[in-house]
Amino acid sequence: MSELTRLSAADLAGRIHAREVTSVQVTQACLDRIAAVDPAVRAFVHLDAQAALAVAAQVDDKLRRGDPPASPLAGVPVALKDVFTTLDMPTTCGSRTLRGWRPPYDATVTRRLRDAGVVIVGKTNMDEFAMGSSTENSAYGPTHNPWDLDRVPGGSGGGSAAAVAAFEVPLAVGTDTGGSIRQPSAMTGTVGVKPTYGGVSRYGLVAFSSSLDQGGPVARTVLDAALLHEVIGGYDALDSTSIDAPVPPVVHAARAGATADLAGLRVGVVREFRGDGYQPGVLRAFDVAVSRLSELGAQVVEVSCPSFDYALPAYYLIAPSECSSNLARFDGMRYGLRLGDDGTRSAEEVMSLTREAGFGPEVKRRIMLGTYALSAGYYDAYYGQAQKVRTLIIRDFAAAFERVDVLVSPTTPTTAFALGERVDDPLAMYLSDLCTIPADLAGNAALSVPAGLSDEDGLPVGLQVMAPAMADDRAYRVAAAYEVARDAADGGPLTHRVPGIEVVGEALC
Amino acid sequence: MDYDEVLERFEPVLGLEVHVELSTATKMFCGCANSFGAPPNTHVCPTCLGLPGSLPVLNRAAVESAMRIGLALNCSIAPWCRFSRKNYFYPDMPKNFQISQYDEPIALHGSWAVPLADGSTFTVGIERAHMEEDTGKSLHVGGGTGRIHGANYSLLDYNRAGVPLIEIVTTPIVGAGARAPELARAYVTGLRDLLRALGVSDVRMDQGSLRCDANVSLMPRGSSTFGTRTETKNVNSLRSVERAVRYEMSRQAAVLASGGDVVQETRHFDEATDTTSPGRRKETSEDYRYFPEPDLVPIAPSEEWVARLRATLPELPGQRRARVQAEWGLSDLELRDLVNAGALDLIAATVEVGAPAEQARSWWVSYLSQQANSRDVELAELPITPHQVARVIALVGAGELTNTLARQVVDGILAGEGEPDEIVAARHLAVVSDDAELAAAVEQALAAQPDVAEKIRGGKVAAVGAIVGAVMRATGGQADAHRVRELVLARCTP
Repeated sequence: MSELTRLSAADLAGRIHAREVTSVQVTQACLDRIAAVDPAVRAFVHLDAQAALAVAAQVDDKLRRGDPPASPLAGVPVALKDVFTTLDMPTTCGSRTLRGWRPPYDATVTRRLRDAGVVIVGKTNMDEFAMGSSTENSAYGPTHNPWDLDRVPGGSGGGSAAAVAAFEVPLAVGTDTGGSIRQPSAMTGTVGVKPTYGGVSRYGLVAFSSSLDQGGPVARTVLDAALLHEVIGGYDALDSTSIDAPVPPVVHAARAGATADLAGLRVGVVREFRGDGYQPGVLRAFDVAVSRLSELGAQVVEVSCPSFDYALPAYYLIAPSECSSNLARFDGMRYGLRLGDDGTRSAEEVMSLTREAGFGPEVKRRIMLGTYALSAGYYDAYYGQAQKVRTLIIRDFAAAFERVDVLVSPTTPTTAFALGERVDDPLAMYLSDLCTIPADLAGNAALSVPAGLSDEDGLPVGLQVMAPAMADDRAYRVAAAYEVARDAADGGPLTHRVPGIEVVGEALC
Repeated sequence: MDYDEVLERFEPVLGLEVHVELSTATKMFCGCANSFGAPPNTHVCPTCLGLPGSLPVLNRAAVESAMRIGLALNCSIAPWCRFSRKNYFYPDMPKNFQISQYDEPIALHGSWAVPLADGSTFTVGIERAHMEEDTGKSLHVGGGTGRIHGANYSLLDYNRAGVPLIEIVTTPIVGAGARAPELARAYVTGLRDLLRALGVSDVRMDQGSLRCDANVSLMPRGSSTFGTRTETKNVNSLRSVERAVRYEMSRQAAVLASGGDVVQETRHFDEATDTTSPGRRKETSEDYRYFPEPDLVPIAPSEEWVARLRATLPELPGQRRARVQAEWGLSDLELRDLVNAGALDLIAATVEVGAPAEQARSWWVSYLSQQANSRDVELAELPITPHQVARVIALVGAGELTNTLARQVVDGILAGEGEPDEIVAARHLAVVSDDAELAAAVEQALAAQPDVAEKIRGGKVAAVGAIVGAVMRATGGQADAHRVRELVLARCTP
């Protein structure tokens, strides 16, 4: 493995901008690493080496001419979850129905990456339309966890998390609807951030659940995540739910956090997030992480958020309801898969055949759940009640943030589970998002930072840090301080303990 | 059953839903041009095509139009409202849901005095006016009916997808009795005039920018329980509104009289036969699974915003009628005739741009009304503007046109030859007041009628008319008759 691929994005950017190394060399190193390990990891569904190297060469040219870098991440490679539209690459959302679909426009996130001179090397695998917690629901096959290839990388953004964990790229963009950034990050030992809802534009993010979907960074360090956050974040007039305010100063928070203690910071441990269903090794790692926060000077108290117990059922009404409507457009009439158009069938029959074949079982399950929940006579009992729970969760957060500055919990109840282990048990699958869902429902900021390994299986555990809306910087500050303390205690970054990857099989692209 | 018998036995209940396409520059939720008649699928973008990942952004001008319409219909403007999604599958709907307003419309609880032909008004309750996006257009090819069933294939044009629409819904209208069909027509006519005065829509029924669905039910006289209603669509002209309501009343009465039940259904109006026929029967009632549109934020118009819009309301047709009746000293009967001729607003507009009321009235109710009749169009549909009429009147007033010449200028305008002054020049219609030219014509006329010339010389001034008439004929009406008269008198008196 080239040493370049081991470096952080901040480090790479520094060296590229100082012209100690070229963006082309860094990009090529990533492409070589992808070629070497992706047949085993299967994080990418689309790669465009030539386009990536061309962008890298442009960045190098500008730097050679003496132009200042377009952004702090100019020249650094990034992987994009295949749910963001890209003019020059297909956007499939892990679905058969969009196989080969080339959007005629760039997502705002895509455009901001390009404008920042960031090198998009390819698109990463995901559960179909971001519905899933293991990346096994991709029509293109599952992604494997670099820590143990027989295990899932989490989901839906397993491709983005695995690509970063496997040193294929230093950075990736994911989306979080119920935990799809944080849960895979926890399971792959990476940093994953769900910004405040409205913090990153959803324009060009193919919608799963519009009121929950939020793009965010995946990285190996807190600072790297912050750098990417600032590139992709900020107000966008094309997204009506975008917040018209400056991006919280997350880079500053990450830098400041890494050099300071947490004296005076009040940390609340969510009482509801432990007990039955939590893997003992996860709880032990979590408790160690909390004690590190104490050692850093934080005042740790237990906080109860009783409505969080209802977050999962509320989520599984709201998200499917919205998805049943958002995914109605995939009918074979205008783009994507079209089946049965043989001149004998009506448009209705073509729609039906196309949707039958174009969607996988989990997507169909959620469309049916949502269609049912929104039906006349059931709306109040399901969608209406779920929205009330959402309000209660927002109130629980508000009450908690009166008492403490941040809330913490394990990011997931268990470490990465085995491929195939939960595919036939949707409820068990859904439970892996138990701790991440409340922040999605409330719309506030939350992240997962690696908290060591579970002692019983040697797999990564995530520490979730939740902050109020638009206080993303507060979560970064805590995570950055914790990261320094953790590495000091562990004798180095967690990701550097990812085992060597034995390459078997074929890449997805 | 004849119509009188229908009314003896039943009281009609109407509910009118009018869809108005707003004439905003851009569509409801994207920056595409909102224009009629462009080549198919040329005014489209990711948002109005509903491409994956696209998002709507609300058009402020459309919201303002909606609020102005609501205010003009005496509605309350909701202090807080939002959009919902109406979910159903149809190929001309890019997202397979329509962004609409459901239980939280922007304007509600209004009422409006509909002007009727006899000069009276009938007050109709306005339940709501809400915003929504239009769908694309399907062209069903083959099969002969132009409807989806039986078609060989369909073509889709998404230029109209996302065009802003306002749906205006009445409360159930009871008590119109025999005049229900007339009221329905008067409602749509009056609404059209109101929307035109507001300047928010082209209100062209022929182009679909004003569309009406007529809900009709009957209840037996003496009952207060509404009967089962039908909803008739494809009512594409004012005349059709009246006929569709009348037909449905008669049809439902016959069904009920024979002991049958009216089926709740959507019906289709056929302009050729003036009848309605059932649309596709739905096996189950449509469940649109409305829920709040998560891609848009709620609208909470401030009181200042509403007040500002209220201040921009122009004089509305009802107010204008009251004002001109007083100003012009019209009797109720005269006012009624002007209203029925569709002339009142046109006259008022002509007066507003400087023409004397009397002449403006005269032009619109006589010559222009005749032209409209002979072309079988509404007065307002004549291709002439109040501005142009006022200019013609001004030219006559200045002595540059005679009335005969003025009619020729108007004919030119109606024929699309341009503005009044251009037509005067192009057709050489200016009054001839060149004395030399006129004097020669006078000489000729006197020579042709020596007996008349003699009478004039003998002091019979009344005989001058015959010579003036001859000169006018000889000059094709272009002579200034006053000047001719002066020249004749000067020539025949010592």
